Order: sequence, then C-alpha cells, then structure tokens
Amino acid sequence: MEAQTAEDGGAIRIMSVLEIRDVTKKFGGLAAVSGLNLIIEPGELLGLIGPNGAGKTTVFNLITGVYKPSSGDVIFQGRRLNGLRSCRIASLGICRTFQNIRLFKQLNVLDNVRIATHLHTKANLLDSILRNTRLLNNDRELTEFSLMILRSLKLEDVSDQRSSDLPYGLQRRLEIARAIATKPKLLLLDEPAAGMNPQEKVELMELVRCVRRDFHLTILLIEHDMRVVMGICERIYVLDYGELIAEGKPEVIRKDPQVLSAYLGE
Amino acid sequence: MRIFIQQLIFGIQLGSLYALIALGYTMVYGVLSLINFAHGDVYMVGAYIGFYACTYWLPFQRISADPHAAVMNIVLAVVVLLLSMLMCGALGVVIERFAYRPLRNGLGITDAHFWGFALSLPVAFHFHLFHKVSDGAGRFLFGIMWFLLIGVIVGYALRPVIRWISLRTVLSPSRLNALITAIGVSLLLENGGWLVFGPNPEFIGTMVPEKNFKILGGVIINSSQLAILVISLILMLILRHIVLHTRTGKAMRAISHDIEAAKMMGINTDKVISVTFAIGGALAGAGGMMVGVLTHVQITPLFGLLPGIKAFVAAVIGGPGNIPGAVLGGIIMGVAEAFVGGSSFSTYRDAIAFTILIIILLVRPAGLLGRNVAEKV
Amino acid sequence: MRILLLRVIAILVTFIGLYMLSQFVTYQMDPYYFQVLIECGVYIILAVSLNLINGITGQFSIGHAGFFAVGAYVGAAWTMIWQPMVVGRYSFLQMGTLHGDILNLLIALVLGMISAGMAGFVVGLPSLRLRGDYLAIATLGFAEVIYVLLLNINSVGGARGLNGIPTLISSGNLALFWIFLFVIISIVLSRNIMQSVRGLTWLSVREDEIAADAMGVDTTKVKVTAFVIGSALAGAAGVLYAHFLTGISPDIFSMNTSILITTMVVLGGSGSVTGSVIAATVLIVLPEMLRFLKNDRMVIYSVLLIVMMLTRPQGIFGTKEIGFPKWRRKQPKTEGRSA
Repeated sequence: MEAQTAEDGGAIRIMSVLEIRDVTKKFGGLAAVSGLNLIIEPGELLGLIGPNGAGKTTVFNLITGVYKPSSGDVIFQGRRLNGLRSCRIASLGICRTFQNIRLFKQLNVLDNVRIATHLHTKANLLDSILRNTRLLNNDRELTEFSLMILRSLKLEDVSDQRSSDLPYGLQRRLEIARAIATKPKLLLLDEPAAGMNPQEKVELMELVRCVRRDFHLTILLIEHDMRVVMGICERIYVLDYGELIAEGKPEVIRKDPQVLSAYLGE
Repeated sequence: MRIFIQQLIFGIQLGSLYALIALGYTMVYGVLSLINFAHGDVYMVGAYIGFYACTYWLPFQRISADPHAAVMNIVLAVVVLLLSMLMCGALGVVIERFAYRPLRNGLGITDAHFWGFALSLPVAFHFHLFHKVSDGAGRFLFGIMWFLLIGVIVGYALRPVIRWISLRTVLSPSRLNALITAIGVSLLLENGGWLVFGPNPEFIGTMVPEKNFKILGGVIINSSQLAILVISLILMLILRHIVLHTRTGKAMRAISHDIEAAKMMGINTDKVISVTFAIGGALAGAGGMMVGVLTHVQITPLFGLLPGIKAFVAAVIGGPGNIPGAVLGGIIMGVAEAFVGGSSFSTYRDAIAFTILIIILLVRPAGLLGRNVAEKV
Repeated sequence: MRILLLRVIAILVTFIGLYMLSQFVTYQMDPYYFQVLIECGVYIILAVSLNLINGITGQFSIGHAGFFAVGAYVGAAWTMIWQPMVVGRYSFLQMGTLHGDILNLLIALVLGMISAGMAGFVVGLPSLRLRGDYLAIATLGFAEVIYVLLLNINSVGGARGLNGIPTLISSGNLALFWIFLFVIISIVLSRNIMQSVRGLTWLSVREDEIAADAMGVDTTKVKVTAFVIGSALAGAAGVLYAHFLTGISPDIFSMNTSILITTMVVLGGSGSVTGSVIAATVLIVLPEMLRFLKNDRMVIYSVLLIVMMLTRPQGIFGTKEIGFPKWRRKQPKTEGRSA
C-alpha cells in the first residue's frame, strides 16, 4: 500500500520535494486550513505569508505531523506522510523551528545542537552505556559537526552558555542551527524574524541565504514582515482564512488585489 | 438484593465522605495545579478536634444516663461540626500561607515565618512552664504550639544559613518542588500529630442517639449514615452556591482558567487562594468530624493518609479541578470499595481504588468529566 | 587499545578495592553502622535509578518502591522458593560454597532485574498518554497496588513477609562488595548515558517534548527505555536489600518509601547524579543521627524538608555534577570504570 503510493507519488511529480494535495484541517467545525495545494521544488526558498490566524502555523503542524490532516495528502519526496509521527517525519528529513522559541532551555548551546545530530549517530544505547570506542569516535564526529554548524551560524562564541541565557536574536538563530543539525532536506522556518529590529532582520535574511547555499537546503518560510519575504523568497504562497488566495513571484504578489485587501482590509 | 442495596447505601455513605475530601483536593488543584498532599492530614486533624471537643471541651452528657441529654447532645454535635470546620479551615489557610505561598511567589522563608515564631513563642512557653497537659484542650494547644515552635526555632536558628543558601535561588520552582513541599507538610502534620495527640488510637463513644430505620424489604439504614449523607449534601450545595454565584467563586473559576490573566484583571489571587484552602480545609474537617463522631472508627495520627490518597484518586477520576467530577469520583470510589470490601476479596479493598484510577486514566487521561487541553505548538 | 587497557585496569582496581573495603569494613565495623551503610548503598542505587526516570528524562514517576519491591520479592523467591525446587536436579546451584552463592545471587539479580524491568515497561506505557501529575498519581497507584498484592499473597508471607533469606555469601562479608558494585554501576551508567549524544535526547524529552519530537527524537522509545532501565536498577537494589538485610516485608515497600526516594531525587537536585547520591546518604544517615531526639526527629525532618524546598527549590546541586569531566573539545576523556 505504502510502496504503491510512493510509486504513483513519484510518477506524478518526480521533482517536487514536498507536495500538499488538497489538505483540509478542521478543529471542531472550524476549518483552519481548507483545500490547500502547495508544491515545493528542490532548492527553492519559498514564502508562506498571510495575516494573523490565516493558518500558516497549522500548515507547518500538518507537514511535521503534529496535526493529522482531516482530508488530503502530504507527500514528501514521493512518500505519504499522513499518520506518521513527528519524530518519523523529522528523521525522513523535514525539520522546523518554532514561532514561540522552543529551545532545550537548561542545556547549553552546543548540547542543543548535539541533540539534533542524534539522528546520525551510529552508536546504540549499549554503546552509550559502555562508552566504547565506537561511541567515542561517533560522538566526536557529531560534536565536530555541531561545532561546524555553530561556526557557520556565528554562534561558536556562546557555545557553552545556557541557551535560555542567550539574547532573543541568538535564540532564534540557535533554533535554526538546531534544525540544520538534523541534516534536513526541507527546512521549515516559522517566523524567524519575529520580534527583531530592522537591522537584525537584514542580518537574518543574509543568514538564511547563506544557510541555504552552504547546506543545500530547500526552505519554506513563514513570515509576517512583507519586506523580509519579498527580499529573499523566490516564490510566495498567500493564505487567508485557511485558503490559498494567491501564489507567485514576489513582484506579482505585491500587486495582487486580493492580497492587498487581505492585508489592508477591504 | 437486600445485601446489594445495603452495600450500596454503605458505599454511598463512604463515597460522600471521600467526595467531601476530594472537593478540597480538586479545588486546590483547580486553582494551583498542586496536589495538596497534606489535605488528608487536615481531615485527620478534623477527626481529632471532634474527639477533643466531644471528650473534653464541650459538656456532652451520657445518653444512657440521661434521656433528656439527647437533644442537647445533638445541638452540641452541630457545634462540634462547625468548630471542626472552622479550625480545619484555619489550618488550611495557615498551610497555604506558610508553605505554598512562599514557594509560589518564589520568596522562600519570609518574615511571616519569623512572625509566626514570635506569636507562638509565649504561648508555647506558658504551656511548657506549667506542664499541666493532662486536660485535653491544654494538651492539644500545647502540642500545636510545640510543633509550631520547633519548626520556627529551627528556621530561626538556621536563618543565616538559609539566607546564604537562598542567595543562589534563581530557578523558579518546579511542580516536583510543590509536590515535595506538600509531602513535607503532610509529614509534619502526621508526625506533629503523633507528638500532640499521642500514638495511641482514640475512640469517640456514642454521643448522639442512633437509630436503625427499616426501609423497603428489610434494608436497614442507620441514622448516622443518614446524617452523614444529609450533611454532606448540604455542604456540597453550599459549595456549589459559593462557586457559581458569589464573587469569590467567580474569581476562583477565573484563576483556575489562567492565574496570570486573573491577576491582571485585578483579582487578589493570594486572597482567593486562601479562601480556597479555607473552604477545602473546612470540608475535610467536616468529613473528619463526622467519621470520628458518627462512625466510631479509631483515630490515629496516620489515619488521614489512606482516605486522603483515595480521595485524591477520586478527584483525579472525576477530573482534577472539576467539582461535580470530584463528587462523582468519590461516590464511585466509595461504592466500589464497599462492594469489594463486602466480597470475598475484601483484603484487596485498598487496591481497588488504584486499579480503577489506572484504568480510567488510561481510557480518559483527563478524568471522567475533565477536558483534555492539548498544548499549543 | 589504550582505552581497553585502561578500562580493564580500572575495573580490576574497582573490584579489588571493593573487595578490600568490604573485607576491612565488615570486621572492623559495628553491626549497626554496617547496616546503615548497606541501607545507604541500596538507597543510593534507588535514588540514582529514579533520577534516570525523573530527573534526566523528566517523567514524573513517584512510585519507585513498586519496582524495588518487585526486585526484592522475585530475588527472594528465587533463593527461598524456586532454588530449593531445582537444586536437586542441578547440584551446582547448591548454596554454601562461594561459587554456588555467587551463582545464586547472580541468578536472583538477573531475575529481579528482568521482572522489575518488565514492570517498568508496563508502567512506562501510561507515560505515553499521561503527563505530569497524572503520571505521578498513576505510578504511585501502581506501587500501592503492588503493596496490597504483596500483603495478600500468602506464598511470600503476606503481611509478615519473608524472613531468613540466606545471605548467599558464605562468610557474609561480601555484602558491601556487591552493593557498592551496583552503586558504581548505576552511577557510571547514568553518567555515560548523560554524556552521550543518545543520552542527550533523554534530556531533550525533559526539556521540551514537542521540540524533541520535531528534532526526530522518538520520545516514546526514550521514555519507555528510561523506565525500563531505571526500574531494572531498582529491582537490583531490591535483590541486594533482600539478601543482605535477610528479611523483607511489604511495609518496607509502602508509599512512604516511594516518597522517600522521590524526596532524595528532588532534594539532591533532579537531574544531578551527584545530588541524588548525596541526598540519599543524607536522608538515610540524618534520621539515624537524630535518633536521640526520639519522636521529635520526624518533625524536625519534615520541617527541614519544607525549609529546604522553600529556600533552595532546585535542590542541593541543581543540575550540576561533581567529578564528571566536562566534554573536552580535542579529545573526549577516556577514563575507566566502565559498567
């Protein structure tokens, strides 16, 4: 059954990283997302925008398995994700950040990133308990990798600070670092620029670009700030009341009358 | 059939007592998300107050000696009930004030603890000098003061150490801390009770006249059972009125939804929480007094432990924070226990509560009437 | 290779050291202190193992005495009930000689750990659905059910319990050796788990379950594994307790014990292995030291507990450790004493 789905998923659109087909999510009677179709091509940097309560974060939760879709399919590299648990989906290569930062607060910065590398550990629990050479070598590799990520996100100076002691901007950056450490194919960023000042936002945009280049990522980004989205995204989806109201290049979106009315009111 | 109904009545009577205690648990859990482990011990204190009031403090007459004493004794018993409720309510408030509030507000040991010390010192000293503790009231008061004293003296002597340690207090206390504090209070009441009331089991003789009524088909209902049922029902109705129709009740409900928001709306949360503890304590006190005076069980300083735990289980079964749930849970617990106790598996009586609990938690993790709130991502 | 050599040396040193210690202490020490020392060791194992579940993985389990009881009773059942049944056929199981005793003790340990671990698995399953206080009450309920069952099973003595369990060490002087061997095993195990990347995922479950899930941590597996390992260690503690204090009764495994173990973990600072060890020692030794106060000691004990919680809610150690070398950038330190 699963193999078959995978096959026809692959046959239809062999190129896409993620495909959301006609997905609806209802909470009680309220449809938070209805009939959404969305396609992400490899290497894209895609924006998902919309006013408050438009259902953007719900889309993320549907992709990462926090919610199960009421109907429709989420297909990742030709594989249906419906019904898989979050941790399975993450191990397939989708990782996210959170709108309201969810770091491992009491752990230091390096450990936050090291946790995310656990998907690539070859040592099992027994190795960990015995602390044998396999574990030591493996842990060393993963730690080097974590440090490399911290370096490329300019976090290496704070690597032994407790993550809850970091300033807000760095916490956001650490969330991105942590997500990258799982070596995802698709990275989902949930309002990475929220609460930042314009200067920080510019830096962040630069950072996202670098990260995509260095780690060969496909990125889906939720953002409130139109300037950020318009600046870096190649294609934008606009949601309003759970429905897709526009899709296209930033220049097109900027002039779309429906988008303007959703953002500015009738 | 007759035996069945007989057990059912016994179960409901037992259940209404569990429900009374469970209400205190559930209300505190509702406003603070705290398992007030000491609540069962407040119930124990209620029973002891009943014992001292009946034996020493109030002029109860022997019914067998004087038939006219019956009416007087019933009036006095009502006074004992009120006294017990009052003192246990006060105990609840004291516990909250000295143990839970400092933890909640992150204040640690505050001046209030030293004030408590200053107040209890002369009284305790008085009783200590005149070691006349043979009469009940004196022994009781002496004991209370004595263990208050110990607590505060240790605190006072350790004050510099405490200050030094608490300099490093930075983290906000976790749920586990609240639980351990509650356990500490429970241990204090139990061991303090051991000291004050003495380790010997006490027993209250027949103070109010008892009569058996025969109802349908030979089922016997005892006047004490009836009294317990009626008093519990009245107390529950009063509680319902307080929670649903008074300002304080409204504030309680607001706090149980969101304590921070309630604070911002100008609700004096500390005061409302105190009231919650007072009500909870009073209900437990009533339960304890009724058990002691009307059912003649033996009272020991540890006797609140198991009913307390079972009442908490009842509260969890109904859904913590949910008042009708606590009553429902209490009745279920009481009836189940009565039937198991009456069957050939009577030695498993104490296990049935937890078996029911585990099953219900697995089927409905938020309790029978509770609502499961998913965490927002 | 060097690591292996170091490990072997460390293990040898540990064994010889423990053997010398137990030989020396047994003949020098007053029996009363000896018993307190044994109890300390057992409770250290219990606290450290509960810390794995409660402090490191953040699962609010407060019914640890249940696993302790399972281990103790299964272990005792082997030496008192099952072993006599099979000893006729397998004469090498005969007690009384050193190797026979060691063999029997090992069998008892294995059986006790497996059964406690299975109980841990069963109790761990609700942790997938229940959170926080609800889980706490469910685990406490489990321990209480075990307690009532033990009271009612006559073949293990009912309320009287089992007495006269053979110490299984011919001369009786290896008690400390076994107990402190397991103390070291549980400490080293906790440390090794906490320091590996896989163990960090346990911490991540404590810190933020949703985020851990999103990072691909199989939270289900982590929780159940923590429960199984923690309760198996508690089972080992039970077997040792039964065989070196030679008598068990259900009362030893009542709710008070569960609460005592939980208190040790919180008082030491949940998540800190060092803290658990020290708090366990303090909470066993302190009531003994206060014994001259007679009845007042429990009052003082409870007041101290409250004061401690109010003034230092994070416990004695917070989440800090003593003697656990931090991870080094260049070369992870390879020091021995592996389990």
